[in-house]
Amino acid sequence: MNSPVSPPSPYSSAIGKSNVETHTLSVLVDNEPGVLARVVGLFSGRGYNIESLTVAEVAHGEHLSRITIVTSGTPEAIEQIGHQLDRLVPVHTVTDLTLAGRAIERELALVKVRGKGENRVEALRLADAFRAKVIDATTESFVLELTGATRKIDDFVELMRGIGLVEVARTGIAAIRRGPEPT
Amino acid sequence: MSETMTGAEMIIRALQDQGVEHIFGYPGGAVLPIYDAIFQQDKVKHILVRHEQGAVHAAEGYARSTGKVGCVLVTSGPGATNAVTGLTDALLDSIPVIVFTGQVPTYLIGSDAFQECDTVGITRHCTKHNYLVKRIEDLPRVLHEAFYVAANGRPGPVVIDVPKDVQFAKGKYSRPTNAEHKTYHPKVDGDLAQIERAVDLMMKAKRPIFYTGGGVINAGPAASAALRELVRMTGFPITSTLMGLGAYPASDPQWLGMLGMHGTYEANNAMHDCDLMIAIGSRFDDRITGRLDAFSPGSKKIHIDIDPSSINKNVMVDLGIIGDCAHVLEDMVRLWRSGAHKADEKALAAWWKQIDQWRARKSLAFRPSKETIKPQHAVQRLYELTKNRDTYITTEVGQHQMWAAQHYHFEEPNRWMTSGGLGTMGYGLPAAIGVQLAHPKALVVDIAGEASILMNIQEMSTAVQHRLPVKIFILNNEYMGMVRQWQELLHGGRYSHSYSESLPDFVKLAEAYGAVGMRCSDPAELDAAIIKMIETPAPVIFDCVVDKAENCFPMIPSGKAHNEMILADMDDDIGSVIDSKGKMLV
Repeated sequence: MNSPVSPPSPYSSAIGKSNVETHTLSVLVDNEPGVLARVVGLFSGRGYNIESLTVAEVAHGEHLSRITIVTSGTPEAIEQIGHQLDRLVPVHTVTDLTLAGRAIERELALVKVRGKGENRVEALRLADAFRAKVIDATTESFVLELTGATRKIDDFVELMRGIGLVEVARTGIAAIRRGPEPT
Repeated sequence: MSETMTGAEMIIRALQDQGVEHIFGYPGGAVLPIYDAIFQQDKVKHILVRHEQGAVHAAEGYARSTGKVGCVLVTSGPGATNAVTGLTDALLDSIPVIVFTGQVPTYLIGSDAFQECDTVGITRHCTKHNYLVKRIEDLPRVLHEAFYVAANGRPGPVVIDVPKDVQFAKGKYSRPTNAEHKTYHPKVDGDLAQIERAVDLMMKAKRPIFYTGGGVINAGPAASAALRELVRMTGFPITSTLMGLGAYPASDPQWLGMLGMHGTYEANNAMHDCDLMIAIGSRFDDRITGRLDAFSPGSKKIHIDIDPSSINKNVMVDLGIIGDCAHVLEDMVRLWRSGAHKADEKALAAWWKQIDQWRARKSLAFRPSKETIKPQHAVQRLYELTKNRDTYITTEVGQHQMWAAQHYHFEEPNRWMTSGGLGTMGYGLPAAIGVQLAHPKALVVDIAGEASILMNIQEMSTAVQHRLPVKIFILNNEYMGMVRQWQELLHGGRYSHSYSESLPDFVKLAEAYGAVGMRCSDPAELDAAIIKMIETPAPVIFDCVVDKAENCFPMIPSGKAHNEMILADMDDDIGSVIDSKGKMLV
């Protein structure tokens, strides 16, 4: 029999856990009370992973918020997550930015380092190399602000660990599609 | 056009404007203004239940037998938490229900006030959507939106939580409009190109089968009509889930009976060996598929569903069509008829020959007895004696439910109300009350077990008060029969806490409620007793004393495939059939 479409084998891919991917989903929602709880509850209730989640109002007049979620799972699980999100009544659109391709993802981090002498100078040199800004300083500490892709921030934090890292605060990922079209 | 009124009055007005005639409820402090508004009108009739869970199941029975939205009114705190089981039941079976809950006044929310609970928080996971209305200005929109959300797309339960000060507040009411919902736009028309591909696959199929579910019932009578036409035109065999019984007439020769864990041998084997499966409004639930990696291994699968998240959820399909079953089925009928579409008659004849061999196995057969009433026999006699009447059947959950599904045969949709997804014991009596209210002249029978019925027995008072002559037909084997059966199969016959100890005398119990009680334990007297029950113009509890040790067969044991069924006449040691992996499953 001729097949009009050729989906992956029904069993190998859905059941094996070897092909886990990480995707970024952009969810446009009505900014109403409880909407974040609905989205987060969906993930916990159905056993999906959240690796990063950001939410903020993006159009005040229309009460729209964008929730950006980084999740991981098999391609089938991620497709299912998209459908489950779309099913929530206050959700306008769900876009899988990883599938859509060419998305820009950025994170902001605040990094506190403490130290004296050569460590202090090295911290500033590295901050300069990563284009991080000093936004607070004392004679024995800096708070550095850094934006960039998750990997860049991971690298920076790792470097700081050796020269007096105190703590890190990160926003999680904000993501948007490249080019003129909306996400 | 807008009128000024209180929030409580708006709720009642919205019910009237939405065509609601009945609301099931139980009063309490946080809904007194709404009860006052009910008192001052007579268009919406209130049915007082005896427990809020009963109210939601009654609304489900009402909704499933009419296709309308069922409505419930309960108070805050315990009123809302008692409704949670009903809400979850309605969510899993996709039943349109709206539950109005009272809430403490807005200025007390969060203070742990008397009878306060976080109703929207608690019900978020067991509703399709829920609302907490904190401002009177939002109430009219929310009321009408709730009806839209409950009934459109894949139906489901909606909660509207209304604080008491909002019920007293005055505001402008607006009538329902047919404006589109801001964000919720379910897709009802299937993609035509996909439907053409489906029809093409059907034409080429050699061993096709239709596998239909509750979505066909939910899509209304037009869906059942189109399904019947399509099945007859193609000549394909058809099976259905528990939820889908009645969409296709059970008396038709193309009907294979129910499939799944307690489905027929022919339906399950046909599912396993088919080369094309056409799933319509069904969701590949674990009771249906059995062992997933051995589920219908050689078939192409077409799946039609209104909910995109149902497609590829449990089983990957080759062709998914998102749309309302009625619309898609009508398109399929039109396409099949218009083109040069013809099934592969020769292949189909061979397929039917194979199916007839499976049928000849007579998988629903059981050993008859002259001494004790066999539960299957009781359902068969009930069917024979009620089939020519205007009859609706509800059930509780357990062996009796499966025997009812196997041995009571449905010709029409909306005649069969059972808790499929959640498996809620205590569903059948309140559901029967809802059905009887919607169909006052019909015969409504709750096929029950002696354990399940006790879970919502208090609703007998509701039936008596509102003169709803429901018939409760208890298959009394003095066991939580399905638990006992699984203990026999899986746990070495150690019947831990599954014996129904200290049962009430059901005849006296019926009489205590002001209803009629009957008992029968002799197969020779069964017919006369059933006829007497049917002809009694009052609620009846019929205590049908049946064989205590009967198991429900055929059965796909946990962790096994469709072609590994246990049949009643197999002499296997059934305690050894299920392996350790299967024991982990429910």
